[in-house]
Amino acid sequence: MATGIKDKVAILGMGCSQFGERWDVGAEELMVEAFQEALSDAGIEKNAIDAAWLSNHFDEQSVGKGATPLSTALRLPNIAVTRVENFCASGSEAFRGAVYSVAAGACDIALALGVEKLKDTGFGGLPMNSPGTLQPLWGATGTAPGNFAQLASAYRAKHNVNKSDLKRAMARVSVKSHANGAKNPKAHLRRPIEEAQVLKAPIIAEPLGLFDCCGVSDGAACAIVTTPEIAKSLGKDHQVLVKAIQLSLSNGFESAYNGWDGSHIMTARIAAEKAYKEAGIKEPRQELGMMEVHDCFSITELVTMEDLGVSKEGEAVRDILDGVYDADGEVPCQIDGGLKCFGHPIGASGLRMIYEMYLQLQERAGDRQLGNPKMGLTHNLGGAPAHNVCSITIVGH
Amino acid sequence: MTSHKAIGITGFGCYIPRRRLQRQSIVESNSWFDPNLKALGKGERSIANWDEDSLTMGLEASRRCLGDAASLESLYFASTTAPYSERLNAGILVKALNLPSEQRAIDITSCQRSGTSALIDAMKALPEGSAKNSMVIASDKRRARCASVQELRFGDGAAAIRVGYDNPLARFLGSASSTVDFTDHFRGEHDKFDYYWEDRWVRDEGYMKLVAPVLSKALQESQISAEDITHFVLPCPYPRIADKIAKKVGLSASKVVDNLAGQVGDTGTPHGFLMLGDALEQAQPGDKILMGVLSSGVDALVFEVTDHIHQMPKDGGLRSALAHGQKDTNYMRWLAFNDMITLEKGMRAEKDHRTALTVNYRNQDLILGLVGGRCTHCGTAQFPKARICVNPECGKMDSQGDYSFASRSAEILSWSADHLTYTPDPPHHYGMITFKDGGRFMAEFTDVDPGTIDAGTAMNMVFRIKAKDEQRGFTRYFWKATPTQP
Repeated sequence: MATGIKDKVAILGMGCSQFGERWDVGAEELMVEAFQEALSDAGIEKNAIDAAWLSNHFDEQSVGKGATPLSTALRLPNIAVTRVENFCASGSEAFRGAVYSVAAGACDIALALGVEKLKDTGFGGLPMNSPGTLQPLWGATGTAPGNFAQLASAYRAKHNVNKSDLKRAMARVSVKSHANGAKNPKAHLRRPIEEAQVLKAPIIAEPLGLFDCCGVSDGAACAIVTTPEIAKSLGKDHQVLVKAIQLSLSNGFESAYNGWDGSHIMTARIAAEKAYKEAGIKEPRQELGMMEVHDCFSITELVTMEDLGVSKEGEAVRDILDGVYDADGEVPCQIDGGLKCFGHPIGASGLRMIYEMYLQLQERAGDRQLGNPKMGLTHNLGGAPAHNVCSITIVGH
Repeated sequence: MTSHKAIGITGFGCYIPRRRLQRQSIVESNSWFDPNLKALGKGERSIANWDEDSLTMGLEASRRCLGDAASLESLYFASTTAPYSERLNAGILVKALNLPSEQRAIDITSCQRSGTSALIDAMKALPEGSAKNSMVIASDKRRARCASVQELRFGDGAAAIRVGYDNPLARFLGSASSTVDFTDHFRGEHDKFDYYWEDRWVRDEGYMKLVAPVLSKALQESQISAEDITHFVLPCPYPRIADKIAKKVGLSASKVVDNLAGQVGDTGTPHGFLMLGDALEQAQPGDKILMGVLSSGVDALVFEVTDHIHQMPKDGGLRSALAHGQKDTNYMRWLAFNDMITLEKGMRAEKDHRTALTVNYRNQDLILGLVGGRCTHCGTAQFPKARICVNPECGKMDSQGDYSFASRSAEILSWSADHLTYTPDPPHHYGMITFKDGGRFMAEFTDVDPGTIDAGTAMNMVFRIKAKDEQRGFTRYFWKATPTQP
């Protein structure tokens, strides 16, 4: 009988590169930047790492295939390194690999590192995916904003929300994240924005305007994990422990069976329920001190509040406008600025989210430090609403 | 009404793309260069969307014509602008119509008479008394240079005629043909555009001399006298020439069927069919139709309308197609659709559309026929068809039979209008559509006006170009959703 991951693994150290348009460096330098911080935070030698996981999505755009880019960039001592890719949840997937290896007792210390170099395409937005040989022959050509924007049309229809009210709540999501990101020196976008500015921005994919979309950035983030016992032996007393890691993947139900209404992310609800169970959380709104969710688009964050059970169904608009998710609200969300301000270097994002939770739990978050959080949730979503990968990680004391 | 057996027209369907470019908008742009064009600025011409070509238009006309025929004796595709020079265009249509592979399919090309020539052959080749039908599809999307007369004169469209022995709408009485290498225009193997000789010569030496004798011969073959003819069909872009030819064979000008120059333009190969369809739609039982087409010679055909004409469905007819026209004044957009101007399309347009022919062949039912699956255990319709049923309550293995979604109605569940992705006609509309009888998929939308759709909008499926591999000359086809016409 599986006993779950709760309290079996501790985060020994974390690192995060400066995110942004890093014209000056490639993926290799970004990996080293995040790794050096994590290594020094962990207080160990590189040779203490038993195995590593690399997450990267656009390999054709970035480091190429295989895991040798990580072992080479970091000059790892010929240990096992695995490359993982699972859409935008790739970073969380690398973390899961490292955490599971420690929990299994196969490794004492494991490394998870996510990196993405997006700004070598020559154009704005994400690079284009290569979806295989069959899908392009019939699947709709589209983009991430075009796919996620569809949540808005279905949400409006389901909850009878008018277009301008929803657009205002979406704007508020972005305004809040920019206010948070402005305080984060590692964020890409560090300017506060006004609601009026969001509402009049050019449309990217109806109804998403420019400020409803997250930035496009380069970056890397990294975690070194071990057992609580080894962490203790290394002098780590104020430990951040893994409470839950759950992953849920679409199987075609949403995209091919008339059972999903298009207004929410089905897998997020499944992953959340399992994660709460694994972590022993009964009332997420009361027990979670903070969240970093996958705000690739403002509407994604809005529906996610309901998917995670923090807002009741149909009430996210009101909660957002009431400031529930603001830095001084009931459940601060995107306290580091989120994907909105960090951008979304695909392979790195999941680990970047955990990095903020880790800093907050260790009370090392500087200007944006929240008062004494006990538990934090990260939510990492890849693919499209109709066909996706959702990862939920909960960390805490 | 008695049923009767005689070879003739058993079905008709046509397709005119919805956009009608105002000729004035072309003239306004080009008369600086050629002031003579100002005289041609009246009316409108039909223009295909960027994702339409002669094949897709032909398929839409075929769908309106095919009726409930589950198989054909032969399918003919007549066009001088077929997308493939080597690959059977008619074969793509057979698959897209979900017709069985055990039948003949023929491309016929090189002149605008190829439609009528195929029609005569189809009727003559059908075994006497056959229960099966054949279908002739004529379609063209002709190119013309900017500031040419042809640019203003042409239109895009398609028509399909079904022929058989059971209860024809119009009985075939006879035909006559001539073959004359009268080269009023031509297009060499590697050329994009036709080369035209002087209109006055085409009119005087072509229409005025070559047509009438063949018409007379067809009347003679049919044992019909000219006075009995109630409708005279002659595609001819020159004003009053059809009237003069009518007079030559002993018909009054009042019998001449409108050449659709004002609303459609000269569509080329399908044009005679379109005019014939127009005549059929207005005909009464007992009416007699004389039809002639000039192009490298002449075909002339004679039909007699039967009692069954009243069973001809209106929604596939020309009048209905004309009624759904939409005025367009954006000449530049049309030029861009046809690669007549070079737009900065952005790097997203650089995507390679190479098609793995193995994958394309293996999945041809899915791609060309929009065939998904229906679970024989739980009844769930699903797209694409898969080995394991998508219904979580079922999950049976290898339980699905073929199930075509092409003619099923759907509605929008979710959608967006995407300005980021490359499309020749931004914004790119797409969304999740759910079919009334079950099944759904994320579909591209076409022929959508921004701001006119929302969740719940009724949609139906149309066959369109999905993408073009310009580097290798391969056109990908698939089905798109379009708002259902009221």
